[in-house]
Formats: sequence, C-alpha cells, structure tokens
Amino acid sequence: MSEQGKTEAPPAPEPIKETPPRGPAQWLPTVVDTIAAVVLALLVGALLIIFSTEDVIDSLKYFFSYPWDFFKYAGTAVWDAYRSLVDGAVGSGTALRRTLERSAPLICAGLGVSLAFRAGLFNIGAQGQMLLGALAGGYVGFHYDLPPGIHLAAALLAALVAGGLWGGIAGLLKAKTGAHEVIVTIMLNHVAGFVILYFLAKESFQRPNSDNLLSPPVADSATFPSVGGLHLGVLLAIVAAGIVWWLLERSTLGFEMRAVGANPEAARTAGMSVAKVYVAGMMIAGMLAALAVTMNVLGRQDSVTDNIAGQVGFEAITVALLGRATPLGTVLAGLLFGALSSGGLAMQSGAGVPPEMAQVLQALIVLFVAAPALIRGITRMRGGDASGTVMAKGWGG
Amino acid sequence: MKKTARVAAAILVTSLALTACGERDNDKDKDASGDPTTAPTSQTTSEAPAESHPDFKACMVSDDGGFDDKSFNQTSHDGLVQAKDQLGVQTGEIESHAQTEFADNINEMVQAGCNSITTVGFLLGDATLASAKKNKDIDYSIVDFAYFDESGKNTAPANLKALTYDTAQPSYLAGYLAAAKSENGVVGTFGGVNIPTVTIFMDGFYKGVQKYNEDNDANVEVIGWDPAKPKTGSFTNDFGDKTKGQNLAEEMIGQGADVIFPVAGPAGLGGLQAAQDNDVWGIWVDTDGCKSAAEYCDSLLTSVVKGMDVSVLEAIRESANDEFSNEPYEGTLENGGVGLAPYGPKADIDAELDAKIKELTQQIIDGTITVG
Repeated sequence: MSEQGKTEAPPAPEPIKETPPRGPAQWLPTVVDTIAAVVLALLVGALLIIFSTEDVIDSLKYFFSYPWDFFKYAGTAVWDAYRSLVDGAVGSGTALRRTLERSAPLICAGLGVSLAFRAGLFNIGAQGQMLLGALAGGYVGFHYDLPPGIHLAAALLAALVAGGLWGGIAGLLKAKTGAHEVIVTIMLNHVAGFVILYFLAKESFQRPNSDNLLSPPVADSATFPSVGGLHLGVLLAIVAAGIVWWLLERSTLGFEMRAVGANPEAARTAGMSVAKVYVAGMMIAGMLAALAVTMNVLGRQDSVTDNIAGQVGFEAITVALLGRATPLGTVLAGLLFGALSSGGLAMQSGAGVPPEMAQVLQALIVLFVAAPALIRGITRMRGGDASGTVMAKGWGG
Repeated sequence: MKKTARVAAAILVTSLALTACGERDNDKDKDASGDPTTAPTSQTTSEAPAESHPDFKACMVSDDGGFDDKSFNQTSHDGLVQAKDQLGVQTGEIESHAQTEFADNINEMVQAGCNSITTVGFLLGDATLASAKKNKDIDYSIVDFAYFDESGKNTAPANLKALTYDTAQPSYLAGYLAAAKSENGVVGTFGGVNIPTVTIFMDGFYKGVQKYNEDNDANVEVIGWDPAKPKTGSFTNDFGDKTKGQNLAEEMIGQGADVIFPVAGPAGLGGLQAAQDNDVWGIWVDTDGCKSAAEYCDSLLTSVVKGMDVSVLEAIRESANDEFSNEPYEGTLENGGVGLAPYGPKADIDAELDAKIKELTQQIIDGTITVG
C-alpha cells in the first residue's frame, strides 16, 4: 500500500514479499514447516491405521492382561502399511515409473495454478482446461494420419491451444467485466464437462462398432516416445517448470504478473496493463493444465472420456498450495503427491489399508502446511514470520 | 512433543477404560502372527465352504465408482464375497479412483499373485485386454463389456471372459407391467447417459409397452425414449446427481406419466423420490430396489435385476476348477442372469397380470418372443 510502489523500475515492496525467499535463512523455515507437516500427517495417519485394524481393536479388549499384544499388532499394522507405501512409491522400477507418471500431470496442472496464483488469480478451472485439452489433443491424435513426430507435435499443439483458449475465457471475463475468476472457472468446468459429453456422443469421436462414450486411443505416431515403459512426456513437466520459473523470475511479463498479483492498483498506476496480465496469466495456466492431460492421452494412450481428468485439476490446487506457488516447490509437491498416490495403491493391495488412506494423508499434509502457526505450537518451533502459505488476492481484486 | 504425548496418552487411557476387562481369544494369536502379507485376505472364512481352494486367489478391480456405489460395482463385489464364502478362495481387491489408474491397478493385482482377476465396467476394456494378453496364466473376466469384431465374432484371448447381460428381456416384462398398471395411459423412462448398457433397458421397456398395447388394443404412450430415434430421449447426463433425476421425473409426471422407469444409477433415485412425492409408481434397475433403496419400496412395482454377483461367482468357480473358457457369458431370463425382483408390497398385481408376466417370461425363454 505504500507510496513507493508507484515509482519506477525497481520492484515495489509488496512484490518483494511475494518473490521466493533466497538464502537458507529464508527458505529454511518453509522447508522445515513442510517436513514437519509431512511427519505430523504420517503420525496422525498411523493412529488412523492402528484404530482401523481389526487385530488391534480386538487386542484392546484384553489390554490389561496382555498389553504387549496391542503394541505388537499396532506396530505391525503401521509398519506394514508404511512399508508398502514406500515400496509402492519408490521400491521398484514399476513403482518409480508409476510415481513419475502420476506426478507429471500434477506438476503441470499445479504449475498452471501456481502461475495464476502469482498473478493474483485463483484458478479453479484446471479441470475444465484439461478436458478441452484432452478433447482437442485426442482428436488430432486419433483422427488424422500424420508422420511420427509431426503428428505428436500437432496433437500437443492442439491440446495446448484448446486449453489456453478455455483458460483465456476466464481471464478475459475478469479483465473486461470484473467477473470473479473463481466463479467463472468453476462454471466453465461444468460447461467443459458437457462439451466433452456432447462430442463423445458423436460417431466421429467414438470407436468403430461401439456406442460407448469412449474415444479410440491416439495413434502410435502421436504418442510420446518411451524408455523402459516410462513415457518421456514426463520430461516435459520438468521443462515446463523451467519455463515457468524463467517466465516469472526473468521475463517482463512475469514481472508484471507478480506486480499485478501483489497489488493491481499499484501496477495499473505504474503503467502496466492489468487486463493483459489477467488474460495472459489464465491462458498460460490453461496451456499448462492441457499439458497435464496430454500425459495421459498422448503418453499412456488412454481413451478420451468425460472422466479423463480424474481429480487432477483439483489436486493441482493443493499441489500449488503445498509448493508455495513456486515452480521448484510445485515440482517437489507434485512428486510427493504422485508418490503418495502410487504408494497408496500398494498400501491397498499389500497391507489392506483402505485406498482413502493415501488421500487422507495428502489432505492432512495440506492442512498442516496451511496452518503453520498450529505446527509451531505443536512442535514448539521458534520461527519468524510465516513465509508460508500462498494467498490469492481474491475477492474484490 | 510433550503435548502430543499427553494427547496420545489421554486417547489411550480412555479407550482402555472403555474396553478394559476382556479375555484374549487364544486362537486369535495363531491366526494373526502369521505371515503379515496375507493380512488383508486372511480374515475369517466362513465355517464350511462348499468347495475349498485355499491356494486360489480371486481378485477384483472396480471402476471409478468404487465398490460402494449401490449399483454394478457393488453387485459384482458381492460375487467376490460369495466366492470367498462358498469356494473357500482367497480374495484381493482394488478400488479405482480415476480412469488413469485402471492399468496400474490391474497390474498391481497381477503382482499380488491373483489367479483370476475380474474387472468391472466397460471403461476397463482396454486395460483388461492388454493385461490378459501379457499374463496368459491368469484368468480374466470383465463385467459389462464384450470383445466382438464387426461380424460379431468373439475376439477375446483364451483367458478373458466377457460377462454381459441381456437386460432388455426383464425390461420388456417391466414395460408390460408398467403399461398394465398405468391409469393415465402414459409411462416415462429416462437414462443416465446415452450408452448401450443404459438404452438396452429402455429399448426393452418400450417394446414391453407396445406388446401390451397390441394385446389389449390399448394406447399407452412412452415418454423419454423411442428406439426409432436413438439420438433423442431423456438423459440426466450424470449418474451421481439425484436432483437431475428428480427434475426429469417431475417433468414426466407433469406430462401425465404415472409409472417412472429411471435407468441412471444413483441419479435415478431422484426419479423414485419424485414418484413417491407424487404418489405414482416407480420401477428400479440393477438391484432389488426394496433392498438397496428400501425407503422407496412402497412406491415400487418391481425391479429389473442384473445378476452380476451370480456370473462373477460362476466365472471364479470355473477358473478355480480349471474349467475356464473365453466363451462370453450373457445373462438371460433363461439362465437367471437377469430377471424381475419380487413385486413391491403395495404393487397389488392381480393373479391374471402375474400369470401373463409368467407366460411372457416363458415365451422369451423358448424364443417365441425376441426382445433384442
């Protein structure tokens, strides 16, 4: 709010707060907070596992006669569950491949949400942007017959354009009419859901001899090359993270985004076009969400259905939150969530832990991250100002 | 950490106080200290299974509806539970949460040493086929999906069995029944999404109503579906949202319909709600509505039942006894894979109508009437 913000080139005080902290003294508390949140979540998760295991509950009935039974069963249950969690996440080649394949879409879509966060936009629309990307990319992928490489590039481009345009609608509406992006993106998710159903009901989007709402898989010429079963689209997620970092930290547009994100009024007074930032921010966010869905459609050759995006568009929001809206943070958070998802599968089949457990762990981690003061209280850590959570400059902005 | 310890201690003490003076069941110890990896599958098997295959592991992967969907995942899962009780097999299962997980989940069941894997729903068609081709020594079965080429020839590999259901047959009976019970001469049906596994019900229902019109020189009208115009018809485009089903049904009741046949999974429950509110009849699908949606039982004429549990159990039995084949299974009135549930308690079906339904059933079984 200070007057200095309105002067010239050097970034205004507000944006400085938003830039990622540099130097150990600044990022250390964030890292410690996050690790503490993960550990706490695992502890609470352990309690849940203990008290949902039959053997343990049974042993409580005779706790005073044989107290050791309780601890033995509890220990076994927790050890089994977490061992299969780790095994299923990083314990073998298959597990690693699965973790990376599940992380990549979360990272891409998470980057989209992060980038919008930094421009002061709360993008709930990754889900819809993914659906449109899947529809366009999938169609180019299975309908046309092009040489390998060119086909892949065309399908990828189609997906990015469709996702970008869909995201851009929300940005444009916000820039021109002031319609709040939270409402608009949520509504556009529903619209996208019906758009994809409409197209899937068309013959040209269905498999021959089938009326199911299921497209053919894309042609082999439109798929990412793979090494040892792992498709290399995963690398694109890392490349995307690099580009987003460069965009935010080194480019003029990124500077404008951060300025608008910090204080749109000040940015406008400084001569920046807030409308341009909103539209560009949402378009890039949409492209990143569309890139996320190509991991499935062009990477694993999944059929396009109305459910192709799963919950990734919404999990991306928590990934961005956990990653503090920075590219590196988002990559790490995406990897963590991918690992939890992959390990959760092994927990279910190997240790009989309900599949919801992995999701509960994810939710707990985010909860503890979002409440750094609570963590400090519990763990008695001393620390300065919570540099932690990201805030969308939402309502009325 | 003091606080944490205190909280934990408090919880512990409370739970102890509540459960303090029990006795240890000594057998329990034997059972539980065994190999921990069998923990999820080694829970109490029933007293005396009809058959026993302790080394056989039957597994199941749901689609993204989960095993608690009160519909086809749940019924299929019942088949797995029955297999555990009746065949004495071990079981394993994975619930899918998203379409992108299907291949991984089936693969996980392969890794878990399953001898037979049942997948639920047409969305798993590709992933199941791919896994079956790779693992020839595992028997696969898939609910609601078949592998036919253009000429209708079965293209499934030798270790993959398709389980499908000719639900048009019992729906035909339901259509006849609905037309007979309609006082306004209008009956309504709507679907979840315009896909074959849904519209096959509506086709059968429509034809049953026409049969009634033919036999009784009546003119009962069907709203919401006309097989001659397969791209139109009433659909909620959503299997989960009860409100959408309720709105559609209210609209139909407004147009005079006094029997509602919703084919939309949980969204169809809204149709039954509307029927109950307006004091008209409903007919439920997939499961016996008087059991799965008992609160609407008084408004039900009957239910069109799809016996997925029976066929899943049968596929597992064949696999466990080395009798497995890739011959597609189709549930019909004849083999009991589909049928009508007992009439609702208030349905008040007179003996003449009941006899007619039985006669039609017989005619469908012996081929005098073809519904499909």
